[in-house]
Amino acid sequence: MFEGLGDKIRQRLKGWTEQMAGQERNERLQALVRTENEYGVDPFGFNLDFSLAAVGPFLWLYRNYFRVETFGIEKVPAGRVLLVSNHSGQLPMDGAMIGVAMMMEASPPRAIRSMVEKWVPSLPYVSTFMARIGQIVGTPENCRRLLESDEAILVFPEGARGIAKLWPQRYQLQEFGLGFMRLALETHTPIVPVAVIGAEEQAPALMDLKPVAKLLGFPAFPITPTGLPIPLPTKYRLYFGDPLHFTGRPDDEDSELDKKVRTVKAAIQSMIHQGLKERRSIFW
Amino acid sequence: MRKAIVVTGISGNLGRTLAKQLHKTERIIGIDRRPFVGRPKDVEMYQLDLRKKKAEDVFRKNEISAVIHMGIMHDPRMSEEEHHSFNVVGTTRLLEYCAKYGVKKVVVLSSANVYGPSPDNSNFLTEDAPLMAASRFSGVRDLIEVDMLAHGFFWRHPDINTVILRPVHIVGPTIKNAPSNYLRLRRPWTLAGFDPMVQLIHVEDVARAMIAALSPELRGVYNVVGPGEVPLSSVLRELGHTPIPVPHPVARPLLGMLFKYRLANFPPPELDHIQFLCNVDGSRWQQEAGWKPRHSMRDTIRAVVGD
Repeated sequence: MFEGLGDKIRQRLKGWTEQMAGQERNERLQALVRTENEYGVDPFGFNLDFSLAAVGPFLWLYRNYFRVETFGIEKVPAGRVLLVSNHSGQLPMDGAMIGVAMMMEASPPRAIRSMVEKWVPSLPYVSTFMARIGQIVGTPENCRRLLESDEAILVFPEGARGIAKLWPQRYQLQEFGLGFMRLALETHTPIVPVAVIGAEEQAPALMDLKPVAKLLGFPAFPITPTGLPIPLPTKYRLYFGDPLHFTGRPDDEDSELDKKVRTVKAAIQSMIHQGLKERRSIFW
Repeated sequence: MRKAIVVTGISGNLGRTLAKQLHKTERIIGIDRRPFVGRPKDVEMYQLDLRKKKAEDVFRKNEISAVIHMGIMHDPRMSEEEHHSFNVVGTTRLLEYCAKYGVKKVVVLSSANVYGPSPDNSNFLTEDAPLMAASRFSGVRDLIEVDMLAHGFFWRHPDINTVILRPVHIVGPTIKNAPSNYLRLRRPWTLAGFDPMVQLIHVEDVARAMIAALSPELRGVYNVVGPGEVPLSSVLRELGHTPIPVPHPVARPLLGMLFKYRLANFPPPELDHIQFLCNVDGSRWQQEAGWKPRHSMRDTIRAVVGD
């Protein structure tokens, strides 16, 4: 019974997405289908129909709520690529908006994969939802496998440190992990720096209740003025930078990798500065 | 007399399937505690326990070219002691005989379950992934031990071509392992909100893989994957079953109670398999053995109910 209901809602949502996307985009979206068997699911669990249905509400938010503007999306090269972005906002709307942009604005459309936290697979519904829309657990093996099959992967090297940022730390990049650089070197993958403007103000967190987070097994437990981390309708701007190519040994010392990571971080930081200068206000 | 291939656990489903595929081309000696129902006449059968001294006679009296070891038991109702003794002591003895009587080829059936389902797992585990199954389910400790015994044997005897196969969930019309039993339930439990990708392989494909592993140049550990991976919900839908979604915090204690009072035959840690991923990468085996499954995804799923 529930399954039948789910199917109906899914069809509705898919129809909505298609209506918003327009005919031409729809035809191009069909090229994203990557099924290898008669059950319509790729080996990682991605399903195009499910994803198109799931995109609907996010596409609406993209157009009408966050009113996303993208700059330089054409710089994202074809084939394997790592999109490296700043991360913020308590809820990963920044990831969702980059995903919608790559699906609806990039040409050809791309279904990006992002590496999710290891606690996601232990969450009911969320785990299944993430798998069907192509988001998978961020282990190095998964990332390597996807890059080798020429996928576009979104990475937030700030991780939980970024998304749980408090209000005074907005637009200050937290410490970057080095893992993505190792994988880029190993698989000869270009890195496209991405700056998201707007997400950092969407849910101003005043404090992080660490003991509660620990109790619930969450990475953080933010307290916002509304009590919940509901995103405010801030204006989003997405800046895509020129692809950066790195060479070197993936098993190099951390200090060497860190130098390269700092190049990426600087590229993102400068786009953040540019974006903050160009906007009129948080909401417009 | 022709050199023989010894097959342990030959009276089981997989053993019988394998014997039927192999007996026309090879001389087979079967060892099992259970009688071999429907035994082809040219299969020689020794109905005995591997742990008994008599098992050595099979090796003493015959010239053995290869051993296929499938005599491994996994019954959640059997005492852990008996389990451990049968699987671990049996395997130890068998490997001793292989070394002592100059067997050149040993194929051991392990399972992809030795990696264990877990929320931290990568989507595809390669052969070098740690064997973590026992950390959540102590009942499978002896299966891991068998795998490691074979692994140790592989390193200690470079002159013997040992192959360890780790196939994914084996299904078939008469197979009685946990995944097949589960998939035969008309109203199976699922864990609400969890729908992991699963990998199934047809029992005939496993038998073919075991035979392919006899090829002299193959040695080492291999994951063996069937026609691919598919969401659990699609498998249940294909079989026409109606799942009952149970919230996972409730499911574990409830199943624990049902298992204790013998109202269910699945120990609670088995729930991990319908909650988390335990999928493997079988590409090394496919490349090095030039092997492909013969049964399609749909065939493999339908095989559970015997179509």
